[in-house]
Amino acid sequence: MISNRRKLFLWTVRGGMWLATAITGALALFLMGYVLFRGVPNITWELLSTSPSYLSGRIGILPDILNTVYIIIAALVVVIPLGVGAAVYLTEYASNKRLVGVIEYAAEALSGIPSIIYGLVGMLVFSNNMGTSLLAGALTLVIMNLPTVMRNTQESLKTVPQSYREGAFGLGAGKWRVIRTVVLPGCVDGVVTGCILSVGRILGESAALLFTAGFAHAANGFWEGLRSAGATLTVALYVYAKEQGEFGAAFAIAAILMVLAFAINMAAGMVTNKFQRSKK
Amino acid sequence: MKKKSNLFETLVHGIFLILGLVTIGCVLLITVYLVVSGIPAIREIGLVRFLFGSKWASTAAQPQYGILPFILTSIYGTAGAVFLGVPVGVLTAVYLAKLAPPKIKSAMGQAVSMLAGIPSVVYGLVGMMVLVPGLRRVFCIPDGASLLAAIIVLAVMILPAIIKMSVTALEAVPKEYEDGSLALGATPEETYFRVSLPAAKSGIAASVVLGVGRAIGEAMAVMMVAGNAPNMPDSLFQSVRFLTTAVASEMSYSSGLQRQALFSIALVLYLFIMLVNGILNLFLKGEKAE
Repeated sequence: MISNRRKLFLWTVRGGMWLATAITGALALFLMGYVLFRGVPNITWELLSTSPSYLSGRIGILPDILNTVYIIIAALVVVIPLGVGAAVYLTEYASNKRLVGVIEYAAEALSGIPSIIYGLVGMLVFSNNMGTSLLAGALTLVIMNLPTVMRNTQESLKTVPQSYREGAFGLGAGKWRVIRTVVLPGCVDGVVTGCILSVGRILGESAALLFTAGFAHAANGFWEGLRSAGATLTVALYVYAKEQGEFGAAFAIAAILMVLAFAINMAAGMVTNKFQRSKK
Repeated sequence: MKKKSNLFETLVHGIFLILGLVTIGCVLLITVYLVVSGIPAIREIGLVRFLFGSKWASTAAQPQYGILPFILTSIYGTAGAVFLGVPVGVLTAVYLAKLAPPKIKSAMGQAVSMLAGIPSVVYGLVGMMVLVPGLRRVFCIPDGASLLAAIIVLAVMILPAIIKMSVTALEAVPKEYEDGSLALGATPEETYFRVSLPAAKSGIAASVVLGVGRAIGEAMAVMMVAGNAPNMPDSLFQSVRFLTTAVASEMSYSSGLQRQALFSIALVLYLFIMLVNGILNLFLKGEKAE
């Protein structure tokens, strides 16, 4: 038998835990349900496949979709070599513990900086020199996502068994050859996970892009698009909701973003699972 | 032959060294740019008048640049979000880490990652369409876009970070501690709250600090629900402007001293974030040392 005081404690914390968990679960369900409910009816083929036109009062998000794809490609192309290179340096080359500490500290600092500050610095560094453009936005995103790619690659490099490296060295391979043939193939899972997480972050990013990539809605080809200003889906959502009061389009974009975010979550989980199993 | 390959290896080493240093370069770049572009306005306005001036009127005939309202709003808003978000987050984390049946645990894990993956503009949109009109009706105020709306949105946005990190910290508590407590006759709940929670306290503290960093730095969602009038945050129902939104809302049309003052605000925000990050690192190091 336990005393009444203990019983009171027991039921208070039990109730508290249930309530808190219910709140969290309900929030997730409500957000998902509400956005899909308001957004899905507004997703039409016309919305997805046209550019907006003031003349006919039409709203289309094709340019925003294209811009999002371009900016993701451009950012990944730059961030993958940088991030993977930094991770390889840290795990394979660096012998100075203090330097490793400083680099890791810098990466941590980068991942804590809010996106509005990235936007501001990106504007000063990139946009003021090359004009407001998707490329300037992509370069800003590169700095933002560098820690993500680096950290994930580093984690998976640590799981490459030391004996593989020693075996390759023993066969007379040089350091670069070992890295190219043994180490890099072993860290593919980390790179893929890092990329998926980066894509998720880029999809959701808006504050860093407002002042670097701008908010034009013109459909361009890839190279032309990189050089001109353009809104990604999130920025377009913000502009439609806050400045133009076009809530139908805003909710349609929100629903698309939710589905994509959900898919990215699933993909990240699947990649991690798959590679973990194949390593065991 | 030997020499040639040595040269090649040194070259590769050099390239990787440079790639490794890019991270440090980025941090330096950001810091230098913010300091260089943030200092002039502070010099012109005066540090005390800038930080503690209570009126922001950047477009008036006699412009005034006091950012105390923004600083206080950011502090109050963050404190409010932590006050609402931390109890819910930590209680959820204890349940998920210790008591939840596997099915609920995995479903809630999905829900939490989904909350973490929702873009901030979507939080802003839902806040704008549901929360703001809701507050207006419930409290009978002229406009629901207020400090309270921002606090609620921020509380929801920091939940996933707090839950994930607290769950990790709680799961790392050695099982022997809990077994000892259970063997002495404590109920599971007593064990988890009186033994596991204190044992995981530095990890949970770190999760709270992480949440604080997120809340201070959030711009877009807050911009959509807080109303953005540069008022002193005297009441929960006032339209207010945060440090982040102060930068974002005037940047597109600013010029001259006004623009420079915006950079100074960003510098202040950056210093706040660096302080929070420093504290976070302290906690994380403390956890590793244990």
